[in-house]
Amino acid sequence: MPIFREREYLRVNLGEQRDESLWMQCKACGELVFRRRVRENNNICPSCGEYFFLTATERLESLIDAHSFEDISRPIVADDPLGFHDTKPYAQRITEAQEKTGLPGAIIIATARIAEVPVIMGVMDFRFIGGSMGAVMGEQICYGMEEAVRRRRPFILVTSSGGARIQEGMFSLLQMAKTSSVRSRLADERLPFVSVMTYPTTGGVQASIASLGDIIVAEKGAVIGFAGRRVIRSTIAEELPGNYQTDSFALEHGLIDRVAARESLRDELASILRFFHDDHE
Amino acid sequence: MTMSDERTLDLLEAKIAELRELDKLDGMDLTAEIERLEGKLQSLRIDHYAELSDWDRVKLARHAKRPTALDFIQRMLPDFFELHGDRLAGDDPALVAGLARLEGRSVAVLAHQKGRTTDENKERLFGMARPQGYRKARRVMRLAERFGFPLVSLIDTPGAYPGLESESLNIGGAIAECLETMMALSVPTVAAVIGEGGSGGAIAIAAADRVLMLENAIYTVISPEGAAAVLWKDRDRVREAAQALGLTAPRLAELGLIDEVIPEPLGGAHKEPDTTADALRNALSRHLEELSKQDPEARRETRRQRYRDIGRFHTLAEGS
Repeated sequence: MPIFREREYLRVNLGEQRDESLWMQCKACGELVFRRRVRENNNICPSCGEYFFLTATERLESLIDAHSFEDISRPIVADDPLGFHDTKPYAQRITEAQEKTGLPGAIIIATARIAEVPVIMGVMDFRFIGGSMGAVMGEQICYGMEEAVRRRRPFILVTSSGGARIQEGMFSLLQMAKTSSVRSRLADERLPFVSVMTYPTTGGVQASIASLGDIIVAEKGAVIGFAGRRVIRSTIAEELPGNYQTDSFALEHGLIDRVAARESLRDELASILRFFHDDHE
Repeated sequence: MTMSDERTLDLLEAKIAELRELDKLDGMDLTAEIERLEGKLQSLRIDHYAELSDWDRVKLARHAKRPTALDFIQRMLPDFFELHGDRLAGDDPALVAGLARLEGRSVAVLAHQKGRTTDENKERLFGMARPQGYRKARRVMRLAERFGFPLVSLIDTPGAYPGLESESLNIGGAIAECLETMMALSVPTVAAVIGEGGSGGAIAIAAADRVLMLENAIYTVISPEGAAAVLWKDRDRVREAAQALGLTAPRLAELGLIDEVIPEPLGGAHKEPDTTADALRNALSRHLEELSKQDPEARRETRRQRYRDIGRFHTLAEGS
């Protein structure tokens, strides 16, 4: 999304995903690194520690017990309720995003186990139109929470989204209310909801479901906030500090509970889940 | 309609007023002339306002003379009693809250308040509420819940106030908590978009049992200017963006996203604030009356389901 285009704003580089050659150049340190080593290292640069982008599947696999997940996403794809056409038709944008990602939408919902604890997970994929939240994402998140209620499992949502999907207009804005509505059911049922904010968690996603976690953990390098630098520059032209909307800013100002490095996120989740699991059951 | 057309109408209106003054003087009989011009004015108005583009409506929704929330409140709820402060970080004049009596019952009121003058807008930040505003709103929502007061929200904001202070106080989290609270309330809730319904800052207090809009109000995921910049990479494509976003009251009613469009006088709410306030009050009372007859649990359940069901998508074909 253009909001995050500014160089100084990039915390995670969206590296060339399609390049299948053996080597890749890290955009942060410029080193040529062995692609397989990067992959084995959770997509972290072995040379400088820069985080490369994770697809939804890679993210899932990095967090859960090996071979424990099953994709239970609803088999749905977005409509184009407004017949939206900016520089290209919305329908075409969706098709292109599907071809690029191999996913029907910008999120997958899965059952999985983390340190043996069965959970329901929702994981966003930023490659799919900036991980933006339209009707499909809203529906999938709600479905995930409802499955969590049905199966009496904790719900974990890993966000990577620029916010609401403009092309679905008010249908997108109302997903903020939709997800909040089902979130309150999860609360009624006293099932834990852990929100994991990764790069980036902003706009309508940060201002709704992502901020409603019982516990909120951010991945190191996440950008977290409501209005990006571009919006602020064009509305109030305020000077912003270098750490604006970074993980440390969010922690310092009390937006989140904790920050974890990518390689320790799984242990972080396991530790949290332990407190909600009754050994005497 | 363009703004220059509106100026023509205003000029003609002023001319007629002048002639009326002259008409009062001895020896002047301008009745015929006045009638002729009034007929002309009326037909021009009908022509101009019959075919408002979406962008015209955006401009009407933001019109400098458009009645603000307090203008409506003053007319509809004369005993409005303002409450201040979020009990935490301050008071936000861009989001006013209070109690009032409507049709013999106490109601809690939340409203974005724009300023009329530059000084007022310095204080009220053009109706862009800060975290203090949303936390005050949430506090008053809870107050309403405790005492069974129905909640009335009037929406008129370009969006939540962006910037360092807002982010430091977690504006996104404050909006999210308002949404969650609105879904948990058992009291009746009615929201009316009276001017601009700008994005997250608007929906935070608008996720109600019933959502109404004044005819020339707008409700949108992003401003046309923002959409033009982000999607068209061209700030001048605002007319196109306004059209594409589907942000007008009639369009949103057609899409099934709002419950009622409240008609405005020809030329917009600012032409006849009293008439508009009457229509708004009647609509709010009618919806509250209907909602009050429902069982609180059933009402909350209906609200949750209403929002749960929003969104259009189709099932993936097998094997694709």
